[in-house]
Amino acid sequence: MLFKIAFRNILRNRRRSLMTGSAVAVGAMAMLVFGGYITYIFSAFETGLVQRIGHLTVFRSGYFVFGAGNPAAYGIDDYQRVMRTIADDPVLKPMIRVITPTQSLLGIAGNFSGGNNAAKTFLGTGVIPSNQQRMRQWNEYDLPLPETQGAQLSDDAPQRGLIGGGMARILGLCQTLKMLDCPAPPPSHDTAPAAPVDQNLASLAQSELSSGDVKNASMPQLDLLSATASGAPNVVTLDVAGVAVQGVKELDDNFVAMPLALAQQLVYGRGEHKATGIVLQLHRSEDMRAARARLQTLIAAQHLDLEVRDFAELTPFYVQVVRLFSAIFLFITLIMGVIVLFAVVNTMTMNVMERTNEIGTIRAMGVRRNGIRAQFVTEGSLLGAIAATVGVLLAFVVAAAINHAGMTWLPPGNATPVPFRLALPSDHPPLLLGTWLGLVLVATVAALLPANRAARLPVVDALRHV
Amino acid sequence: MSDAAAPVVRLEHVVKTYHAGAVDVAAIRDISLDIPAHRFTMIVGPSGSGKTTLLNLIGCIDAPTTGRIEVCGEDVGRLRDNALADFRARNIGFIFQAFSLVPVLSAYENVEYPLLLVGMAAAERRHRTLAMLEAVGLAAQAQQRPNELSGGQKQRVAIARALVKQPTIVLADEPTANLDSANGAAIIALMRRMQADQRITFIFSTHDQQLMSHSEETFVIRDGMLMRHEEGVGQEEDKPAAPLARGEAITASEQGDR
Repeated sequence: MLFKIAFRNILRNRRRSLMTGSAVAVGAMAMLVFGGYITYIFSAFETGLVQRIGHLTVFRSGYFVFGAGNPAAYGIDDYQRVMRTIADDPVLKPMIRVITPTQSLLGIAGNFSGGNNAAKTFLGTGVIPSNQQRMRQWNEYDLPLPETQGAQLSDDAPQRGLIGGGMARILGLCQTLKMLDCPAPPPSHDTAPAAPVDQNLASLAQSELSSGDVKNASMPQLDLLSATASGAPNVVTLDVAGVAVQGVKELDDNFVAMPLALAQQLVYGRGEHKATGIVLQLHRSEDMRAARARLQTLIAAQHLDLEVRDFAELTPFYVQVVRLFSAIFLFITLIMGVIVLFAVVNTMTMNVMERTNEIGTIRAMGVRRNGIRAQFVTEGSLLGAIAATVGVLLAFVVAAAINHAGMTWLPPGNATPVPFRLALPSDHPPLLLGTWLGLVLVATVAALLPANRAARLPVVDALRHV
Repeated sequence: MSDAAAPVVRLEHVVKTYHAGAVDVAAIRDISLDIPAHRFTMIVGPSGSGKTTLLNLIGCIDAPTTGRIEVCGEDVGRLRDNALADFRARNIGFIFQAFSLVPVLSAYENVEYPLLLVGMAAAERRHRTLAMLEAVGLAAQAQQRPNELSGGQKQRVAIARALVKQPTIVLADEPTANLDSANGAAIIALMRRMQADQRITFIFSTHDQQLMSHSEETFVIRDGMLMRHEEGVGQEEDKPAAPLARGEAITASEQGDR
């Protein structure tokens, strides 16, 4: 009877219920659509990072804080054995999808071919190309990711590398690499002789080349100069297979990717080849905490001077974006909650006023105060539940329409547009359930105040009410 | 009193004072009375005399300022709110001047409602509700909502709702006031028949001469005081005073401001 009366009263005051229900439904839809949007952004962002730097990286202790200025000094000794230990661990083994070493380095890149005489600092990374490509296939959230285009690194091409678009432009490789939107540098008015570093680098490169490197005539080449771990200068030649445009200009102007062996040759020369990081890509992100804990246990058990960092720690920008969007979502949620609260309070207050005589009648018949309270709270909850359900359905429709519209967008830090999509409410059950339950709860709480007022009405006063 | 049985309602020195801002208004001034069971009892008096207040006190929906009220042998002043609600649900039926049906419920559901409050099983509930609707001549209108019924039909539903749980007492506040004379007469006849069939105590507050002509017990009140008590069918307000059932009429000056 409670639900019957509640439901019929909602229908009886159609216009008022429709207005209040619309506020709840639009609130639910807005929260789910925006929630779907940020869910997609978080998933896309996480996918991009995990494809690039994996879930976890093992570094030598202190590298994360101090190593960026001198990566060569923070190489992991006997990293192959450490990798085997991790890969063979019975706890970690089922979680790990890819485990691969990586070498960070920095130095100066110079282009002295074809009349060029340009050099600039670079931030390099050495990877195992096949492992890198396998990592790029990670797509736990089944996102519609664009196909990887352009030149790639290859295990079979030990000198082939990629550089950032900015670096290609600065080093005068626009035409050679057939880059679009890449203007040629203006003619220099400076007649002064080239900087000594350029001369030194050119001559050093010439001497290194003459010692046995093979020149690849089909690709432009860069000479990379770096200091070895022992402090001696060292140079290698990089065949520039193509451009890997980076989303952040500072990185794009400095980026060089190369095979691990080439990076190790540059950093360690003829000494022991080390790696600055051991990257672990897991099958599922949810295993990250367990995998990290296990890694730390292994490191402690073997007394290794290593530390573990996850992709969020390595990419503060990710954390900032997550926090920003989460704050916006919280703000929208609060606004919607307040709107729903006031709408339901208003509706239920009017219901109580209009039905004061009815309240008196059923109290006289023997309904307890709690019965009256339950009646109006049920009405508020039912109205909230019906409207929130409509809002969920609307969110499905809006999300499906947007997903079929074929829109693209440029995420922060990305160089190429990606499909603009919204996660469907069903893709994120906690969001769906949380939004629905949250709004029903707000509607219920909002109904409590008028319901209490109704329950406290003296019977004779309620009966006298006209 | 002609009935030797214990009274179904007993009031002892009941006073009810309302506070209207800084002014105290005495609605009931030291009334003591016994209402016998199974009778058609009228509380009569001019407007503002305290009839409805007295009915509310007997119906346990209002509490006296002072004094003691016993209904069905229970000192209702000692019951707390929930117990009082349960007591009303079991023992008292109400018929209101404005019918006061729940507008979103059908005639059937309105009549069934009091049975839900006493926790009656579904089968018994259905049987009693249909029988009661049949008794008041509304079986055909069982599924109609109050806004689809005439005034007379609404009051029949209200009577069915009051009687369906077979209460000890039915309190009716001006039950014919909103009806034309033909409908009023029909409703009175219906209540008379129900009272005879079910041996229920009916207590009315009324101005209606037609209804008053059916009275078996009449309590005349004026200015919150019991002026007289009369027994027998067909008593009228203007007849000479008869002995009071219990106590005596007390004037305002004797009573003072309580």
